[in-house]
Amino acid sequence: MVSKGIISVRGLHNQFGDNLVHEQLDLDVAQGEILTVVGGSGSGKSVLMRSILGLHRPSAGQIEVDGVDLLRADSEQRVQLERRMGVLFQRGALYSSLTVLENVLLPLQEHLSLPAEDAEALALMKLRLVGLSSAVADNSVQSLSGGMIKRVALARALILEPDFLFLDEPTAGLDPIGANDFDELLVTVQRALGLTVFLVTHDVDSIFKVSDRVAVLAERKVLVVDTPERVATHPDQWIQSYFQGPRGRAAQHGKSHPVNAKEDA
Amino acid sequence: MSHRPHIEHSEQSDNQDSAEQQLRLCGDWTLQQYEQAKAALNALSDTQITAVRTLDGRDISRLDSAGVFLLQQYFGTELIETAQLAGQQQKLATLVLQACKDEQAPQHRGDNPLLQWLEQIGRVTCSVLQQQKQLLAFLGLALDNLSRTLFRPSRWRYTATAAQVEQIGVNAIPIVALLTFLVGAVIAFLGARVLDEFGAAVYTVNLVGFAFLREFAVLLAAILLAGRTASAFTAQLGSMKANEEIDALRAQGLNPVEVLVLPRVLAMLISLPVLTLIAMLCGVLGGMLVCWLALDISPALFMHIFSRDIEPVHFWVGLGKAPVFAFVIALIGCLEGFKVAGSAQSVGEHTTSSVVQSIFMVILLDALFALFFLEMGW
Repeated sequence: MVSKGIISVRGLHNQFGDNLVHEQLDLDVAQGEILTVVGGSGSGKSVLMRSILGLHRPSAGQIEVDGVDLLRADSEQRVQLERRMGVLFQRGALYSSLTVLENVLLPLQEHLSLPAEDAEALALMKLRLVGLSSAVADNSVQSLSGGMIKRVALARALILEPDFLFLDEPTAGLDPIGANDFDELLVTVQRALGLTVFLVTHDVDSIFKVSDRVAVLAERKVLVVDTPERVATHPDQWIQSYFQGPRGRAAQHGKSHPVNAKEDA
Repeated sequence: MSHRPHIEHSEQSDNQDSAEQQLRLCGDWTLQQYEQAKAALNALSDTQITAVRTLDGRDISRLDSAGVFLLQQYFGTELIETAQLAGQQQKLATLVLQACKDEQAPQHRGDNPLLQWLEQIGRVTCSVLQQQKQLLAFLGLALDNLSRTLFRPSRWRYTATAAQVEQIGVNAIPIVALLTFLVGAVIAFLGARVLDEFGAAVYTVNLVGFAFLREFAVLLAAILLAGRTASAFTAQLGSMKANEEIDALRAQGLNPVEVLVLPRVLAMLISLPVLTLIAMLCGVLGGMLVCWLALDISPALFMHIFSRDIEPVHFWVGLGKAPVFAFVIALIGCLEGFKVAGSAQSVGEHTTSSVVQSIFMVILLDALFALFFLEMGW
């Protein structure tokens, strides 16, 4: 058993009507790691993430983040903790009535009373940090491509200097090159900022590229948590078809023998 | 637990000159402590900052990208790179400094407010002209499609048109009837009040009949439909556009104007004249009721005066405007729907715009019609 992580979920129950999504689910995320959560559609990946974020109140269980029991914390503690969590939603969830810069600026203005110039300079720095040029700062959100939306959303998630970063399918809807770039950006930023990352994804390439550990959600609980290589060899049938299917094999291959993969292709 | 960021002048060197040249950074250099950190830096004089040769970052307890950014602004990239930061902090600094390197201060549009105002006026004027041009183009497009499907009954979309007629016509009957009944009563009251002073109270009948047949029935019905239906058209087509359904139609070889716009235009062309007729009836009925109660003009007498004094031409003048209004309202509603660009915000903006535009156009056209009919002596 892994020792208790900085995020620890114990005995989580989630039920919608008759549909039991999580039953006695335990999960630990260690400080400074990228934990990827995979699972079939409807296996409750998003519900798990939303439970940790406090967007959904679980039916039962205990969720601790950095020693604070989220479900029993008072609102002051919760707000303190929420400010340390950055979230990147699946489709970016950028505020469509604001410009790119205003999107990144908003949390800063709301939570800290910085002088406007400093706040703007910080927001621009964050945009450059995620690989966007200052030229897009005044663009409207509608004019952005899929990859840029994800980058702006990442900049917004990082603006309050979070310790935890939650990402819901960040590479979904991106072309392979864009997805690859985003994965690299994520790893660079995570290593540099020392973030603890909780990543929900379907992208097998991403899993091998960025994960320190992979958690497989199935049968209403966490089936296995381990390094991607070891999870891929788990005998469970669903895991086998997930990782040993044509896409999974190519991704693993690419990770361990990049040169051979090219020759094979 | 947080530590105030502060700066110590390190005196470890015995050389007099270099004593001022090393600064030791202590405490938390984070976003939470941003203002204290900035205050600490501002406390240094310019000459002190330029005199700094090395930074010592070993005593920094916490550092984040906001902190690195702040330090970079005061000391530049090189000093931070050599600041002996701890391993993790060094990685962070490298990334942030990289991002700061190709910094191009953004152009601030701090122009003269008067110029901005003029620019705004120009932009709005151009967009209004543009809008009218688009409306004309769309009118042409709709007429073109209409003329091509008109003589091919196999292409008529009965079901869609009937559904729209129910939506915009049948469902609007109660509100149109009630509203025009009340306005008819109000007009009769006004007439009774003013005309009674001249002993001409009986002309209230003519006032109600004249006003409703020529103007009020069609105008009220059209304005109601502009608010009720133009907005619905825009929201429906707009969310379809945002959801790429319009593109899907086009990709399947279907003509969105034919599939979506024509049934709506036709339904409007059917509904508004019928609603106008109902509006006329209810308005006159309202007037009749007030005449009976307030002026003792019995319904029989009312009908007698009405049929004697009001010529049928007034009825045709009123009803003749209905199809024109219907066409304009439907076109504006649909066109604004097509202009929606992929967001909830945009759907809202265009819905507002479609209601405002269609009411404006209805009243403008009505004024033009009034002038025209006046000149024609109808």
